Amino acid sequence: MTDRYDAIVVGAGHNGLVCASLLAKAGKSVLLLEANKQVGGAAITRPFADGYSVSAGAHLLYQLQPEVQKELKLNIKMAADNLSTIVLSANGRHVRYCGDEVSGVRQKDVDSFAEFHQRMTRYADLLRTAFNKPPPRLGTTNKKDLLSLARFGFDVRRLGKIEMREFLRLIGMNIHDELSERFDNPLLKGGLSLDAVLGTHLGPRSPNTIMTYLYRLAGNRGRLALPVGGMGSVSDALAHAARGAGVTIRTNMPVKRIIVENGRATGVETEEGERFSSLTIVSNADPRRTIMKLVGARHVETRFTHRINNIRMRGNAAKLHLALDGLPTIDGLTRKDFGERLLLAVDENHVERAFNPAKYGESSPSPVVEMTFPSFRDESLAPTGKHVMSAIVQYAPYDLKGGWTDTAREEFRQAAIKAIAQYAPDIEQRIIASELLTPVDIEREFHISGGHWHHGELTLDQFLFVRPVAGAAQYQMPLDGLYLCGAGTHPGGGVSGAAGRNAARVILSGGKPV
Amino acid sequence: MKTYDAIVIGAGHNGLANAAFLAKAGLDVVCVEKNEYIGGATVSRNLYDDWIYSNCSYVCSLLRPEIYRSLELHRHGLQVTPYGGSLTFMQNGDYYGGYHDPEVKYREMARHSRHDADAYERFSADTMRQCRLVRDFLLKTPPDPTSFKLRDLRELALLGGKFLEMGEDRMYETIRFWTMSVAEYLDEYFENDVVKTSLSGSGIIGTALGVHSPGTAYVLLHHYMGDVDGNVGTWGFARGGMGAVANAIAGAFQAYGGELRTGAGVEKIVVKNGRVKGVALENGEEIDARVVVSNMDVKRTFLKCMDQSDLPKAFHDRVSNFKIRGSSGKVNIALDGLPTFPSLPKGSSLYHSDMHFIDSMERMERAYDDWKDGTWSKDPYIDMLIPTLIDPTMAPTGKHMMSCFVQYCPLQIEGRAWTDTERQAFGQTVVDQIANYSPDFKDLILHMEIRTPQDIENEIGITEGNIFHGELTMDQLMFNRPVPGYAQYRAPVAGLYMCGSSTHPGGGVMAAPGANAAREILFDLKRKNTVPENFGDD
Amino acid sequence: MSIQEVPQGRLRSPFYSRLQALDTLNTWHEWKGYSSADALYCAETEYFAIRNATGVFDLTPMTKYRISGPDALDYLDRLVTRDMQKIKPGRVAYAVWCDDQGQVIDDGTIFHLREGEYRLCSQERHFAWLTAAAIGFDVSVVVETAEVAALAVQGPTSFTVLSSMGLEGLATLKPFGLRHFEFAGTELMVSRTGYTGDLGYEVWIAAEKAELLWDALFAAGQLHGIRAIGTHALDLARIEAGYLAAFEDFLPADTTVRTGRSRSPFELGLDWLVDFKKPNFNGRKALAEEKRNGSTWRLVKLDIEGNKPAHHAYIYAKEKRNKKEIGFITSAAWSPVCKQNVALGTVRMPHGKTGDTVWVEIFYQREMHWTRVMAKAVVVDKPFWFPPRRSLTPPDPY
Repeated sequence: MTDRYDAIVVGAGHNGLVCASLLAKAGKSVLLLEANKQVGGAAITRPFADGYSVSAGAHLLYQLQPEVQKELKLNIKMAADNLSTIVLSANGRHVRYCGDEVSGVRQKDVDSFAEFHQRMTRYADLLRTAFNKPPPRLGTTNKKDLLSLARFGFDVRRLGKIEMREFLRLIGMNIHDELSERFDNPLLKGGLSLDAVLGTHLGPRSPNTIMTYLYRLAGNRGRLALPVGGMGSVSDALAHAARGAGVTIRTNMPVKRIIVENGRATGVETEEGERFSSLTIVSNADPRRTIMKLVGARHVETRFTHRINNIRMRGNAAKLHLALDGLPTIDGLTRKDFGERLLLAVDENHVERAFNPAKYGESSPSPVVEMTFPSFRDESLAPTGKHVMSAIVQYAPYDLKGGWTDTAREEFRQAAIKAIAQYAPDIEQRIIASELLTPVDIEREFHISGGHWHHGELTLDQFLFVRPVAGAAQYQMPLDGLYLCGAGTHPGGGVSGAAGRNAARVILSGGKPV
Repeated sequence: MKTYDAIVIGAGHNGLANAAFLAKAGLDVVCVEKNEYIGGATVSRNLYDDWIYSNCSYVCSLLRPEIYRSLELHRHGLQVTPYGGSLTFMQNGDYYGGYHDPEVKYREMARHSRHDADAYERFSADTMRQCRLVRDFLLKTPPDPTSFKLRDLRELALLGGKFLEMGEDRMYETIRFWTMSVAEYLDEYFENDVVKTSLSGSGIIGTALGVHSPGTAYVLLHHYMGDVDGNVGTWGFARGGMGAVANAIAGAFQAYGGELRTGAGVEKIVVKNGRVKGVALENGEEIDARVVVSNMDVKRTFLKCMDQSDLPKAFHDRVSNFKIRGSSGKVNIALDGLPTFPSLPKGSSLYHSDMHFIDSMERMERAYDDWKDGTWSKDPYIDMLIPTLIDPTMAPTGKHMMSCFVQYCPLQIEGRAWTDTERQAFGQTVVDQIANYSPDFKDLILHMEIRTPQDIENEIGITEGNIFHGELTMDQLMFNRPVPGYAQYRAPVAGLYMCGSSTHPGGGVMAAPGANAAREILFDLKRKNTVPENFGDD
Repeated sequence: MSIQEVPQGRLRSPFYSRLQALDTLNTWHEWKGYSSADALYCAETEYFAIRNATGVFDLTPMTKYRISGPDALDYLDRLVTRDMQKIKPGRVAYAVWCDDQGQVIDDGTIFHLREGEYRLCSQERHFAWLTAAAIGFDVSVVVETAEVAALAVQGPTSFTVLSSMGLEGLATLKPFGLRHFEFAGTELMVSRTGYTGDLGYEVWIAAEKAELLWDALFAAGQLHGIRAIGTHALDLARIEAGYLAAFEDFLPADTTVRTGRSRSPFELGLDWLVDFKKPNFNGRKALAEEKRNGSTWRLVKLDIEGNKPAHHAYIYAKEKRNKKEIGFITSAAWSPVCKQNVALGTVRMPHGKTGDTVWVEIFYQREMHWTRVMAKAVVVDKPFWFPPRRSLTPPDPY
């Protein structure tokens, strides 16, 4: 006896939640299955030491699409909004930026930054429109696809001749060159290059990194926020919306396989052997996991399998969580600065040098770090007077030579702490407990192949029309009834909900272009 | 005073080709060259005894056959002989030979990886498909995507049509090809490290990018799309060295009545009332002309040889930010005899091939890391060959000449000029790497010319000594090359044109930029076009 | 220490010594790196050996793969368009495999050697594709081209020849069946398959026993007109039988550079090999779509008037050449056994229905001068040569 639903969504990451909710709102009966005991995928808050909790995956909210918030009537309470970024300097002369303003640099850079930011947000806004619809198919005679293509072309042209040329020039460029053309201050360049490469297998000299930088701005123009209760509360709000719309959410239900009958997906079977049937199966899991593990190569084509298998999705970002008995001392920082976002990157070359070893399967001996103290703004995360530090540390390649053994992990943890200690000398004494999540751990905990944020590197050859792979960019897989809705699809990762929303729209339109 | 129809600044192969097509159309053209010899980087120099060095460019394959034919270069002494194959020496004592014969190549590949041997056919077909897409546009002016002019729209439609014709799946493949790194492109086909490494070199030659940098798959194409007598991907030697190419084009130019002046360096391009008036030479002489064409790279043209006030600021800024990166050096060696490579059997045809001494993608990428750190690669990628095995005119009987193209080699060492000790050490790095595989090599060296990007810039005049006059990255290709909005060979000053490799389709001894610029000039002057069209489908 | 280079010239098949001993013409060409004889005595005599006695052709350069492992059947069933579940051990299947777009990569024969163990044999090399197709399957694909020597033994006396070699029980072997025999201490596989459209077999053995097999075969065949043959004779026979050749009648899809130069199984007249009832196979979606929307090309067998072979000829719908051509000939020959001018060609749909008349523009040369004729041709659906003895079981002894 199996239950039959209009749609089954596999995985309750934020995209799965968004997609399920929108389907349910359209009157569909939807079952959402989550392997973990908590919904949210990599957007969760969970304890990592006695009394200390942290946003275990993503730790800042900046990309959630306004469309998603509006359609699901999300009400997320922010502990802090519009955070500044402070690029730390060893001598206390930090550089801060927020929106189009920067301080701690010469006037020339101040002016340049404002212009840079304005131009970047203009392009990011352009991308944002493209992100909130499924990419059109190329080479078809379908009117809607052609219209959608034409509209994108029109949007680009609408930038005006000069801006359009600049956009076409910049889109493939690396951030390093653009920053060296514009700015003098090394910390500013360091911070911005780190912004561009966070979560990727790229260094600031890699072409494409302007695009990854724009990607970051393409939600809320890069405006950073910390939700009360950590990222888990975003997921809770989404789950609340989903339940409200009538979605049946079942946690602790890992899916073993997607059932295929007569050349179409007809249901899922859980690890425990329970079966649910539906003619619409939506996977929030990454493309490789979905196709290779849940569906099986037998049911799809050879070249498609080869492409899925070749998606570059080796994570490089590690998460470091520290339970601290108090805030560390950082020269030149006021107390309230601990509520902002802190970056450790001496200059753009530091970021590039940190990246170099990752190319050879080695971790960075001198990593670059994005650091937040979420407990500073949100007391629920740590016991009174104590604090939590959450940091993204790069680069820690997924396929480390020799593997992530205990020694390798300890070595990288030490390297990260040493990097932080250069600015906060007392950090080590303050540590009560710590947790390091390498991409391998991220893979294990969140079931993301390769432990990659974006479920697939965010480079132009895996972007737009060719994301996740050529011929499957419209959320519909080449197996009837199977859809993807996760970060592996257009536009990519980050807690944006765009992929989930686009997928829902495609499904509701019966698989036709929207 | 006499007013020429056109002055071409620089007698590189593009300047000469441009001048030749203009002269062929009946214009009164003078080509001025700062050095006492012509050719720019397309040159043969006799720097030691009876040895001739092609001391900059060293092989010929990209030279457009349409131009060769149209200028009748064979009548002016040009003869290009194909040579075959490539070779990669491996650290374990083995080697990987890319033989000329397809079946032998297959066997050798299969010796290293059966999978890769079988994958090669698909790789070739896919790469060839991209080649065909590009080759059709080599002898065309890039359309301006922002323009609504009929001509641009037509060219855009043509480009779009070519793309659409590929069919949906191949369109996606094309998008990916143009954006991916050569390492990833090769990963799509091959599994064996040495096979990949041997193919990857073409993805980085002449660029300041590593094999893992996105966009390098295109660079691979840039080197592949050449051909000798229709054999795409084949390379050839110009008999007598690369100077023979320049000499032949110059011969054609002069036969059409053009005037060539060497030892005539240009100090300034003279602009009057917003129109080009002529040039002022370093010796103080001024030459007037209705049209001035610069074969120099854009930075040298607009930043060194012009007053900033003569140019729109936005253009000036863009040119300042145009990326021309010194990334490669050259070592030319006169040899007392043929060095032996013990791992190769005697008499192997591989002696005639391009030799390489890096056998892993990791070593390739690490070579790039050194450059990023502001120094030359300590374990460099060397493209070495011995032209005298094919063209005995390059050295006295029984003696040999060796050409080593070396990557990476920066313009400056950690931000300051090279010292002579460093230059010697750079040369030694190259010699040592080769000597690892050829014990008798060092003893055969009679003379060695070591050229860093700085040396090339000083002598030839190319900014940073970059072989392409500007990086071949997406932001500097097609309608973005050299500067968005100015990709159609016209500078923002009336009567001033660009015809060097900074313009579409870029560097390599192709002569296409020179020819394309000539077509635009003749169009503006309402003269009959003398520039040939593509041969078409091949 | 120098490392020996791979062979720089043509490879020699394990039968080379025997072929060379019989060769009188010294005219060889390259076939997948091997030396292969165009003909050994006289192409015409050799052809008649196939149709009248027994012709022996060295098949060793054919690409061979051993496919085994728990998922072997699933793997092959996903690879090719026909239903492999139906091919029991001891049976052979002619099959085509397609890329994701439903375009033919190659055709070949799949031998179900024993439960779960297969041999795939094709003209072209496909290890990269077969490896890609193996992603996600527990299957082993091993190249055994050089390790397995093979001969085609074709013609009306072939059964008699093989029987007199002592292969017992061959009489019951049906077309597309295979059987293992013991020979010289090793396993000899005999399949009732071929490329000539006549009664015939193919014999497969470990390369080191190749010469022994050859000698035994020729000793047994001495009284039954056995002859070694070259490619020319075989090619003529395959055209008469209406068989396709890669790079002649179609191009492997993954090697085409230009769009539209590949063909689907429908466009090659292989509809009967495409089974939409079985589970997913590569190219299925695309082929289903083509089935709905119609194909672009059609392969035709043409019976052409006159006796001038229509090599490389254009095909027109009308005799007057004012219309655009509708296709072209891919293989052509004068058939000595049918006394017909036959050809295979490719035409645009909807042209080329069985029974249609088309016109073929033939150029031929006599004493230096060229002449052009427009020859009428009729589209036929059956092979030109299809004798009952081809499938008769047990075969008649001759």
